[in-house]
Amino acid sequence: MNHTHTETALPTAETAKKLGLLPEEFEKIKTILGRTPNFTELSIFSVMWSEHCSYKNSITWLKTLPRKGKRTLIEAGEENAGLVDIGNGLACAFKIESHNHPSALEPYQGAATGVGGINRDIFTMGARPIAQLNSLRFGNPKLDRTRWLVKGVVKGIGDYGNAFGIPTVGGEVFFDDCYNQNPLVNAMSAGIVKIGETASATSYGEGNPVFIVGSSTGKDGIHGATFASEDITEASNEKIPAVQVGDPFQEKLLLEASLEVIKTGAVIGMQDMGAAGITCSTSEMSAKGEHGMIIYLDKVPMRQKNMVPFEILLSESQERMLIVVEKGREEEVNAVFEKWDLNCVQIGEVTKEKRLKYYMNSELVADVPAWDLVLGGGAPVYQREYKEPAYYPESKKFSIEQVEEPKDLKAVAKHLAGHPNIASKKWVYEHYDSMVGTVNMSTNAPSDAAIVNIKDTEEALAFTVDCNSRYVNADPEIGTAIAVAEAARNIVCSGGEPLAITNCLNFGNPYSPEVYWQFVGAIKGMGAACRKFDTAVTGGNVSFYNQSTINNKTEPVFPTPTIGMLGLLENKATRTTLDFKNAGDLIYLIGESKNDISSSEYLYSFVGVKNSPAPYFDLENEYALQQVVKSLIVNNVLVSAHDCSDGGLFITLLESAMPNNLGFNIDTDSDFRKDAFLFGEAQSRVVVSVKQENQEKLVELLSASGIEFTLLGEVTTENNLVVDEENFGSVAELKNTYDNAIGNIMKQ
Amino acid sequence: MKFGVVIFPGSNCDQDMIYTLRNGMGQLVEELWHKDKDLKGCDFIVLPGGFSYGDYLRSGAIARFSPIMEKVIEHANAGGYLMGVCNGFQILCEAHLVPGALLHNTSHKFICKNVFIKAETNESLVTAEIPLTKALKIPIAHGEGRFFAGTETLKKMNANKQILFRYCDENGNLTDEANPNGSFENIAGVCNEGRNVFGMMPHPERASDPVLNNTDGQFIFRSLLSAVGV
Repeated sequence: MNHTHTETALPTAETAKKLGLLPEEFEKIKTILGRTPNFTELSIFSVMWSEHCSYKNSITWLKTLPRKGKRTLIEAGEENAGLVDIGNGLACAFKIESHNHPSALEPYQGAATGVGGINRDIFTMGARPIAQLNSLRFGNPKLDRTRWLVKGVVKGIGDYGNAFGIPTVGGEVFFDDCYNQNPLVNAMSAGIVKIGETASATSYGEGNPVFIVGSSTGKDGIHGATFASEDITEASNEKIPAVQVGDPFQEKLLLEASLEVIKTGAVIGMQDMGAAGITCSTSEMSAKGEHGMIIYLDKVPMRQKNMVPFEILLSESQERMLIVVEKGREEEVNAVFEKWDLNCVQIGEVTKEKRLKYYMNSELVADVPAWDLVLGGGAPVYQREYKEPAYYPESKKFSIEQVEEPKDLKAVAKHLAGHPNIASKKWVYEHYDSMVGTVNMSTNAPSDAAIVNIKDTEEALAFTVDCNSRYVNADPEIGTAIAVAEAARNIVCSGGEPLAITNCLNFGNPYSPEVYWQFVGAIKGMGAACRKFDTAVTGGNVSFYNQSTINNKTEPVFPTPTIGMLGLLENKATRTTLDFKNAGDLIYLIGESKNDISSSEYLYSFVGVKNSPAPYFDLENEYALQQVVKSLIVNNVLVSAHDCSDGGLFITLLESAMPNNLGFNIDTDSDFRKDAFLFGEAQSRVVVSVKQENQEKLVELLSASGIEFTLLGEVTTENNLVVDEENFGSVAELKNTYDNAIGNIMKQ
Repeated sequence: MKFGVVIFPGSNCDQDMIYTLRNGMGQLVEELWHKDKDLKGCDFIVLPGGFSYGDYLRSGAIARFSPIMEKVIEHANAGGYLMGVCNGFQILCEAHLVPGALLHNTSHKFICKNVFIKAETNESLVTAEIPLTKALKIPIAHGEGRFFAGTETLKKMNANKQILFRYCDENGNLTDEANPNGSFENIAGVCNEGRNVFGMMPHPERASDPVLNNTDGQFIFRSLLSAVGV
């Protein structure tokens, strides 16, 4: 075998280590090949066996999650995204993915290419994206670095998603010091496809041609997958070449061309090029189809001169796809890409022998077995040790008695309404085109989940992303169950039925037993909640190494298992919004009040207690609550429904009051501390408003359910927010605080 | 009347416009591909929103040179109806089919939100039936929508009643706060001197489907349909 200039000597365990491989992994590669790999081959293994591509430290636990649900058509891990039956002969493909590490270094491109990547996962399956969401976590907004990251990430998501032309319908933004160095950028996309018209990421049929389509290949993003699989340090800036550069215009053309080419019926398989580029797509498709490929790297359209084989193989240049075509139908495929003025070049062919043979200028530069490279094949699988961290029992010692009830509760209300974690995210989402596609039903009628119309049907889809990582940090198992429960609650309160989830598991270094303990707890909690709500996990992404070592101090981020949930409204008539609509309507709290302020924004940022347990949560109660809310909606009893979450009851009421500039007049319950009643974040509570004439019906249904409920008061026109006859201010005043808090911070 | 919606590479509001005209307003609609060289007998051409040719160089700057635009320009110069929304309006400006230019928003940010606009005159196809006191809620979504024209041009446009829409608050007042992008004189939509070419930044097709809880955009479509007697 010939060697290029980078491969003058055969690599050693030392080279392997530099590429992120363990010594035992290097030995395993030698055994697989029956010889020492050359540098190109070692690079191939290093990216395919990176955490990012192989899930080697997570797959054992991921397999414990429920994968099969009532409507799952394609399960987790089978294709680029999961697929769920949504009726009318249609299916929804949806997935969430992280782009944390690139965004930490180059927020604009890092976030933009995150959006590009997740959308390709959807349309490579033949589904047309219809909605995007994102979940963002940043450090302290008072830091210049944070504001630089926020501006870059938001602009990156906006510029890419807006030009691509799919509406951003929902998301979340959360700030905490733990994300100062390592922000989290999780992007979700969902698309729709007719059942039976999907494309598969597979390759078979000896002699079938292999095409690369879309953008040319450059030196950007090389070793991106490996970079995503290590901690961020001071030296990370040197990895900027590992960040890819996105072009949404090319992505838009690639979307249209890909959907058009699938329609020809000439496509055997198709996979987008994300992490690990040509290497990953050729090996995963070949392993799935149980065939091999010969690839001529010199035929790949290149942006730069003098690219060496490993660079071509590992480049993560964006907006590219690998397509395996039925032999003899090449012209049909070419015609589509010519129409869209995109590259479409045959770079190889399918072979019967299950090996990947990469040639450069007629010389064989790498020869590796496909199966051994991939997850579910020969990629390593590890069981990691885990250990309860010291902070966990400590935080359980917290009791509400340690906190004196504040004299001025109005000050708490004002603090919360203006806190960036609770305040309106308007400054962020006005950068995103939320209305293109004319399907976003939430623009003019806000609800807990984003409601997306499926045109020409009775149906609509509901989407939400949720995770309160402070709860997860306090108790990974309960906190993650809460994330799933809250997502389901959002969908139920909007009039939908939860169907399935996708997850984005953002954690620190898996080799830290304390971090891994958080991961294991999160998976257990997620599994339990998903089984209860019958929401299968259809896929997602694991992002470890979200921790930074600065001045020799290692800080992992809060464990952040973001839940993206899909729900269905079989009939748009059940859609329920969160806003109070008429003065005089009665306000009820459904669910139990608790003397609980644990892990609330109030306790954390107003009182200043950083360690406390997760808030009160009981999975069975939560499930029962959601069933009764569903029945109230189906029986057309409710005027509005809004779940009680971050900021507690007062913020929930405020959020229901603001859209129509209405006030409320409520009484607290003397069985509970007032601060806990108003600002505690005990779970499984929903605030509803109901017309007086429906009160009886409401009480009847609630009494029959056995769920606790409280008449809080009523909606008023006076614009005032009155609690126990005390005026907490006008809705206009708090709305001003709520609407402008983030914008004011970003101006600094 | 037959509508033709032009699809440039990078157009992304084309299907929304087609859906509104076809399903919402019950009209015949042809898709016109940017490489086409004829207008397939369409009477009313629409340049939709999006990022034609990636909006490289400047929004709308490349699209005006595409093959279909040669025919579109001929059509407009012969008095044919032509409307551009958002990126379509930017293309009309670049092609000098309407006066003025669309600059970066004063905030230098892309802005997507509902705004209010008010028709200034009933003497145009697209505003013929809109009550002049009515503040229409129509969304915008653009980074370059700040309407600019020289003093003389503005004077002439005002005198000729070429200003079709201005940004206003929900009560119809033309205020600075209600101007989302810094447009001169709150201008949101204009027409040419011949009154057959219309451009506007807000998206009426995004406010036409009742399922989205806002149908103010229908005022514009109904106006133009009834004005031509459809």
